[in-house]
Amino acid sequence: MATVATNITNDPAPRSKISQQAIAPWLFLLPAFIFFATYVLYPIIQSFYISLYEWNGLYSPQYRGIDGFTDQQCLELGNRAGREPGCELTGDTVWNAEYVGMENYRNLYADPFFWTSLKNNVIWLLLYFLAIPGGLMISLFLNQKVFGMRLYKSLFFFPFVLSQVVVGLVFSWFMLPGADEGLLNVILGWFGAGPVNILGNNDTATYGIIAAGLWPQTAYCMILYLTGLNAVDPEQIEAARLDGAKGPKMLWYVVLPQLWPATFIAIVVTVIGALRSFDLITIMTNGGPGFYNTSVLAFYMYDVALSEFGFRMGYGSAIAVILFLIMMVYIAGFLWKMWRDEKV
Amino acid sequence: MFPRPIEQYSAPVRIGYQLLLPFMLLVWLIPLLAVMFFSIKSGNDFTQGNYWGIGEDGLQGLGNYWTVFTGSDMPRYLWNSVVITVPTMIGAVALSCMTGFALGVYRFKGNLLIFFMFVAGNFVPFQILMVPVRDLTDQMGLYDTRMGLILFHIAFQTGFCTLFMRNFIRALPRELIEAARVEGVSEYRIFWYVVLPLMRPAIAALCVLIFTFIWNDFFWAVVLTQSPESQPVTAGITAFNAQFRAMYHMMSAGSIVAAIPPVAMFFLMQKHFIAGLTLGAVK
Repeated sequence: MATVATNITNDPAPRSKISQQAIAPWLFLLPAFIFFATYVLYPIIQSFYISLYEWNGLYSPQYRGIDGFTDQQCLELGNRAGREPGCELTGDTVWNAEYVGMENYRNLYADPFFWTSLKNNVIWLLLYFLAIPGGLMISLFLNQKVFGMRLYKSLFFFPFVLSQVVVGLVFSWFMLPGADEGLLNVILGWFGAGPVNILGNNDTATYGIIAAGLWPQTAYCMILYLTGLNAVDPEQIEAARLDGAKGPKMLWYVVLPQLWPATFIAIVVTVIGALRSFDLITIMTNGGPGFYNTSVLAFYMYDVALSEFGFRMGYGSAIAVILFLIMMVYIAGFLWKMWRDEKV
Repeated sequence: MFPRPIEQYSAPVRIGYQLLLPFMLLVWLIPLLAVMFFSIKSGNDFTQGNYWGIGEDGLQGLGNYWTVFTGSDMPRYLWNSVVITVPTMIGAVALSCMTGFALGVYRFKGNLLIFFMFVAGNFVPFQILMVPVRDLTDQMGLYDTRMGLILFHIAFQTGFCTLFMRNFIRALPRELIEAARVEGVSEYRIFWYVVLPLMRPAIAALCVLIFTFIWNDFFWAVVLTQSPESQPVTAGITAFNAQFRAMYHMMSAGSIVAAIPPVAMFFLMQKHFIAGLTLGAVK
């Protein structure tokens, strides 16, 4: 602090003021930083660490004087001596994980469900991008000033406000398999098609879930583009109109470049949305209809770590690490762009 | 304006557009309308396989909704959601007002680095945090409590809120702060009396967004809680669905009830909600 003060002796503010300015930001940051480090930063490191272990999520109690004794041995010892409760507990517990090195990752490589999940993640990523042109189209359709337009815009945006759980339920019922159960099949019936059992079929279930996910995601992209269109420079549009530009040409050469900030955010939220997909899968198929046909890494990780077949925390963490590394590519790209913008 | 304003087109096009609007909206919301219809039908219709007709019991009106409130754990789940969401909202917004101020106003070494740390943390997949956070919550004795969820949500949401607040404060006129400094106002008073009042729109926007995000959270609800005493409505609804298996009228009424609070919040605070979500879409 002293150096800061002496360096700027010409500053009109008194010295105490300068040191206050040097300390203040750290005091303001401290509470949030403690929270964030405890719940976000440190757990990331821990997950990397746990992924090198075999761990069922439990701890072993420690006994005084008799190291390495199991619960069962202590119980027997106590019984033999005719007293309760076996050895004396120290009150400590130890992490009972076993170090396995890269074993979890090697197992992942040989695990067909991991590859199915990864493949589905790629399908999600690719198809989720439909939300961006979809959102753009709806926003162009709605970018008019007619009576009641505000309400129309809100209602089109409405799906985004719903929980993914509700979206999942809504679409599960929409796609109910019987000919006169789900509304989708009723409508298909009017055209003499169907009935289809989208969520009950291994080949189509993932696409059914993605369709449900695209509903709110498209709404989000739409609202981004509506905001972007509001800020498009009207003079440029007029000038381009005088030059004879219209329709798709105008959109491509004049409007879209101005919408780049909106497109960029749409890409960011779409990628994150696609890679975070978990709720819809859990609600709509729970990974089925077969074994993990509709699973993605986020779902598989959860299921491995907290399933009824046993808690495989180390293996789950290894899956999480892979997902994290994939996401990190995008996060790094995003931060790089932010960094460039800051420099300007 | 693009596309060309509809008033500049001929009358048939204008009328066509006006007619097309409600039709497109209907198509867009059709899955939701189907659920709304389900939610007012009688249970007998479903057991008889009459999904879309109106049977002899007719429509139930609000009857199914009444049953949701009186014959299930739904009110408890809703209350849990409120108890989890409101403190999270207050906590995350309060913390990020401070971080936003620190990162937006002061120039110091590591400023950008700390800022990027918050931003990056906000984008990580939940799964990388799951095992350690669940373990930590358990160690603190907070597994299956609402407090366990609140603490985690506050921490995680602070990432997004910091991004938002910092950029908002950056856009405020710096002269205000400089002027206050020349007057000899202390840094804490500048935060409290100069900057905080100007942040009201940002605070409003964040409150609505966080409310919606947390209310709609499902993943952490199933990872950190398991009993009706502490589960929020998104997780509770799966238990609810087990209770009313294949009773679509009850299940859809329950889902709609679960969706109402964030929807109401959105329609009441629309301007702020959209301002928050589209942050950066116009630059």
